[in-house]
Amino acid sequence: MRPSDLKIAARCEAAPYAAHFAGRLLDPDKPAPPDVTGPAGQAAEQRFGIYRNNVTVSLIEALAAVFPATRRITGPDFFRAMARFHVRTTPPTSPLLFEYGHDFPAFIEQYPHARSMPWLADVARIERAWLDSYHAADEAILAMEALAAVSPEGLGAIRLVVHPATRLLASDHPAFSIFSANRRDAPVGRITATEPERTLLTRPHLDVEVRKISPDVAMMIAGLMEGVPLGRTAGDTLAAYPDFDLSAAIAFIIEAGAFCGISTNGVHDET
Amino acid sequence: MTTRSAVSTAVLAGAVASALSSLALASPLSEADVKSAMDAGKEKCFGVSLKGQNDCAAGPGTTCQGTSTVDYQGNAWKFVDGGTCATMQLPDGRKGSMEPLDRDVPA
Repeated sequence: MRPSDLKIAARCEAAPYAAHFAGRLLDPDKPAPPDVTGPAGQAAEQRFGIYRNNVTVSLIEALAAVFPATRRITGPDFFRAMARFHVRTTPPTSPLLFEYGHDFPAFIEQYPHARSMPWLADVARIERAWLDSYHAADEAILAMEALAAVSPEGLGAIRLVVHPATRLLASDHPAFSIFSANRRDAPVGRITATEPERTLLTRPHLDVEVRKISPDVAMMIAGLMEGVPLGRTAGDTLAAYPDFDLSAAIAFIIEAGAFCGISTNGVHDET
Repeated sequence: MTTRSAVSTAVLAGAVASALSSLALASPLSEADVKSAMDAGKEKCFGVSLKGQNDCAAGPGTTCQGTSTVDYQGNAWKFVDGGTCATMQLPDGRKGSMEPLDRDVPA
């Protein structure tokens, strides 16, 4: 048996133990696992309770670190209570804590006490996307020279390669305005926005940049992200929004760094 | 055209060309880059860069970063260490400046 096989075998044996242990860890109504004991074989209810509390608190703190604007909106007590429910039902599946919380926005959407804040889940989605964007792979953004090098006849058929850090979120609520007002330390003024908002996150250099974008630009970027050729995405967007400024949108897309390359796959389909 | 809603080649090429020219006039250095260079004790110094070595602002008709066309072009600038710009000695009595200069500007 090779050492790696031994490791796998050990992990397989540990799995039922871990599942057993974790189940009791997340449910305060269950007793401590019988094989966890104090000195001289005493029961370890209190000791296990302390451990359980530390685990729960650390996961709530992890969610608070990922969702600071959400926490600011709800206040720390509301957030803590909401996060505790989520932590107990949806513990992390990865040992990397910065990956935690992907299911939290959906949980918020279903959370009965948050129903008076229908936009809260979308604000949380922007926050989770921000961290995904922050941790995405490094990639140079699409240079305008690359676009300039494409022949005018070839432009319609090119597809753009989406940058790893790019995220596009559409909300039925003014999620961007609420996010940006609550994501910083400055006092939150009166938020008057009521319209649905679309949010683009990019990381052209070292920092994540968050922008509110108009519906037409969002449609264009969404099409390009799906791999629709430039000519058809532009045409679809112009058909839906006759006032669409294609030139400004292309300049914006390059400046924001939403894409990282050009793919000419399918360029021959046009002939 | 087979694709019903695709824009014409002319419209698309025109839009891309106009997008690129609008970007060329804008700074390829992001605001954050400018700020970080300033924060690091650098200052913008006009008229000191060798051709093609400028950081930005080479003026209308050029495409900015790395595109000044003559040595020591007066309206092109480069980040230099803070406090060194005005005292920089260049050939033929030229000096650096914190403001754009009229000298050595290509016709």
